[in-house]
Amino acid sequence: MSIDRRKFLKIAGLSGIGLGLSAADSLVKGKAHASEESSLPESGVRLALVIDIGKIRTDEDYKRITDACHSIHNVPSIPNTKHEVKWIWTDNYEHTFPDQTNEFIPHEMKEKRFLLLCNHCAKPPCVRVCPTKATFKRPDGIVAQDPHRCIGCRFCMAACPYGSRSFNWVDPRKYLDMNKTNPDYPTRTMGVVEKCTLCVERLARGLEPACVEVSNGAIVFGNLADPGSNVRKILSTHYTIIRKPAVGTQPSVFYVIGGGENAG
Amino acid sequence: MYNGSKIILGLIIFLAIATFPFYSNFGKSAVMPSPSTDTPVINQLAKKECVMSAEYMKKEHMKVLDQWRDEVVREGKRDVITVGGRVFEKSLQNGCMQCHSNKSKFCDECHSYAGVKPYCWDCHFFREGGQR
Repeated sequence: MSIDRRKFLKIAGLSGIGLGLSAADSLVKGKAHASEESSLPESGVRLALVIDIGKIRTDEDYKRITDACHSIHNVPSIPNTKHEVKWIWTDNYEHTFPDQTNEFIPHEMKEKRFLLLCNHCAKPPCVRVCPTKATFKRPDGIVAQDPHRCIGCRFCMAACPYGSRSFNWVDPRKYLDMNKTNPDYPTRTMGVVEKCTLCVERLARGLEPACVEVSNGAIVFGNLADPGSNVRKILSTHYTIIRKPAVGTQPSVFYVIGGGENAG
Repeated sequence: MYNGSKIILGLIIFLAIATFPFYSNFGKSAVMPSPSTDTPVINQLAKKECVMSAEYMKKEHMKVLDQWRDEVVREGKRDVITVGGRVFEKSLQNGCMQCHSNKSKFCDECHSYAGVKPYCWDCHFFREGGQR
């Protein structure tokens, strides 16, 4: 069948309009889809922590929680801050919630220290950038780290908006008393990245994460996908904030604010 | 030949150095490793059995460990292995080493003989004598 120039241009023009319409259609649908999208996984489990900052008051409280985590996971205490390894740590209000720009917040809030750890995000950027899949998201929402596969490229550290990952610049064993380490848990080696794993090894044995266990009720652990869970109950009755909501990672660590005696 | 003596002397020195590994070991037989299962836990067992047959474990223990590693760390399959009423965790540190608490004799001897340096021990550790 022969086709003349005039016919060809007609068909080409119509096809172009058709393509444009279909693209516009998918764009609209895509938008609608994005706004309705739930952060809850298909597995029906999204494990989360709710930290009631009013219930953690003294330095001993903070120390008890961070020490519990670091001692059972053999996390070394490296004095050089450029080399330090942190699974759970504290920082001030300004650094924890940089999006909260209200300068007239209560004084005690400005003075307060906040517990920080891996947020086990619903959309973890660290998982997206890891070239070896050493960082991966489990069906229960935990963002896990497999040191066996880590090649130490530190893309995940660059991707994490919360600074929740640490690179082993030095042999961690040099900073651990190997006679006092937890014999049930390995150390890490130089050249790998590590972070909080929400105590997967404890969850497997039916225990709660170590920080939750020693927090005297200040940290609550549970399944966000279960409307009847204790975390959902707290989230539905208290005002909570998450870290850096603007980056869209949807953290699974929530902070109950209110502070001081008003804290539930 | 110019500088013949120097060249010949140089060749002799070169050959002496290059062949040093051969003649220094000549006539010596390398001692075959004999990994031992003589540990307090194993000695108490009525029937000495591992998670697999000894023959299989000798050849394939690294594959078993590799498989356990993937199952535990990546798939979250931490179900235990029961052999003869004894329960084993799928773990080098918390499984294997509970019975084989003689690392230097059971692991290191063969690894040295075979010239392999597994990096398992860069992270996993073990206290001599199995003291936990």
